[in-house]
Amino acid sequence: MSVDESGAIRFDHVDYSTDGTHILKDITGYFPNGKITTLIGPSGAGKTTLFRLCNGLVSPDAGNIYVQGKAIDRYDPVVLRRTVGLALQQAPMIRGTVKKNLALPLTLQGETMSDEQAKELLNMVGLDEQFLYRDSKGLSGGQQQKLSIARTLVNQPAILLLDEITSSLDQVSQHDIETLIKQINQTYETTIVWITHNLQQAIDIGDYAWVLIDGKVAESGESSLLHHPENRSVQQFVKGEIE
Amino acid sequence: MSYLTLSMTLIFVLIPIVLSKMFRLELEKDVLIATVRSIIQLLAVGYVLAFVFDTEKWLYMFLMVVLMIVAATHNAMRKGIAIKGIVWKLVVTFLAVEVLTQGILIGFGITPATAQYIIPISGMVIGNSMVLSILFLNRFTSEIESHRYEVELILSLAGTPKQAIHRQLISSIKASTIPTIEKQKTIGLVQLPGMMGGQIIAGADPVQAVMFQLLVLFLILTTALVTSIMIGFLSYPTLFNRRMQMIGALSGEKD
Repeated sequence: MSVDESGAIRFDHVDYSTDGTHILKDITGYFPNGKITTLIGPSGAGKTTLFRLCNGLVSPDAGNIYVQGKAIDRYDPVVLRRTVGLALQQAPMIRGTVKKNLALPLTLQGETMSDEQAKELLNMVGLDEQFLYRDSKGLSGGQQQKLSIARTLVNQPAILLLDEITSSLDQVSQHDIETLIKQINQTYETTIVWITHNLQQAIDIGDYAWVLIDGKVAESGESSLLHHPENRSVQQFVKGEIE
Repeated sequence: MSYLTLSMTLIFVLIPIVLSKMFRLELEKDVLIATVRSIIQLLAVGYVLAFVFDTEKWLYMFLMVVLMIVAATHNAMRKGIAIKGIVWKLVVTFLAVEVLTQGILIGFGITPATAQYIIPISGMVIGNSMVLSILFLNRFTSEIESHRYEVELILSLAGTPKQAIHRQLISSIKASTIPTIEKQKTIGLVQLPGMMGGQIIAGADPVQAVMFQLLVLFLILTTALVTSIMIGFLSYPTLFNRRMQMIGALSGEKD
């Protein structure tokens, strides 16, 4: 990659295992600053675990992770998690209204969110303003996913990790979210890392791509690599022979 | 009551054995074991209490209370095995409840500082504290297991461990203490408490018996709240490390 190699997040021989399973093996590389990197690979390849490491929910067994050039273990966990926002695949909701969920990052800091701010965020992710005081559990999967993205944006993270956020959305909503994420990336120069199962989506929206197979980075580089991968496992994955 | 009349009460043991035989419930062995154990345990406690009451030595009273705390800890710890250091957390809670309640009772001159009062009241307080800690730990661990995503969500959004676990903690404290509070609302209407009944049968003035029962009820109310809150606030920090990550068996991750 011909970009600043310090990267927004850089991995230096990172290993991680849990319950005796070696999930991530010798991960080395970086997510370029201010770009959209897609993270693809078969189920169980360790993609979500990599995100959990970046957000500081777990720590590596070996190796180092650097966020904006600073070792992750030197960060105050609260500062790290505000810097590296994570939208979880399950889009978990806390009990209560859409507003309560949306305002959660501010509530955790002892601050409040005005209705205007909340409506602005809902509009941004394409949710109807009228949802504001509805029970969040009553939203559809896709609507909860949009709400989850909006909630992550409240902390204005410099790096945004998106874990399969469009997997439960219809084509139109998927397109809206892709446009929104590109907009955020261009307007605020937010570094985006996006886990997706959709190869075409990875090619369309990503500047760069990482292919993770069996806990290892099988191939990484500009998104065009997905057209003609060199690695045999990646070739099989791209052809749909590995899921 | 004489030993002869006490032996007559074994009729109440014969009835379940006969019923078990008739309906092939295969409970005879358990009924017999329970009967023999209760006779030996209670008679032993009776003789030990008689000895302690006679000698009036603080050391024996202290040892009795220690024995109660050890037994209560042993019983309750199994429910909190997923929580690091649960043994000392339970011991500290039982000790705190004991010191608080006896301190108020003796300090305000509500009950005399004699073995006759200290030991039975300690038994009730520590026994109740044990049940409450079991109820709390049961609820708390299952709340965390079923709402792990919610805890992780709050952590991922830069919340502190206390903020992440707050809802599970409060709902477990409430759920474990509600039965005690609800039971007190219907006491006297649905059931006559055991201690009061026992005193009345033994010939005590019913009004005096009621007054002592009220004392016990209020004690139990304090015990319930103090136990759940203490166990809760002692337990939750050990579920996280200094990097604000969930650790241990309840995290779904390794230590």
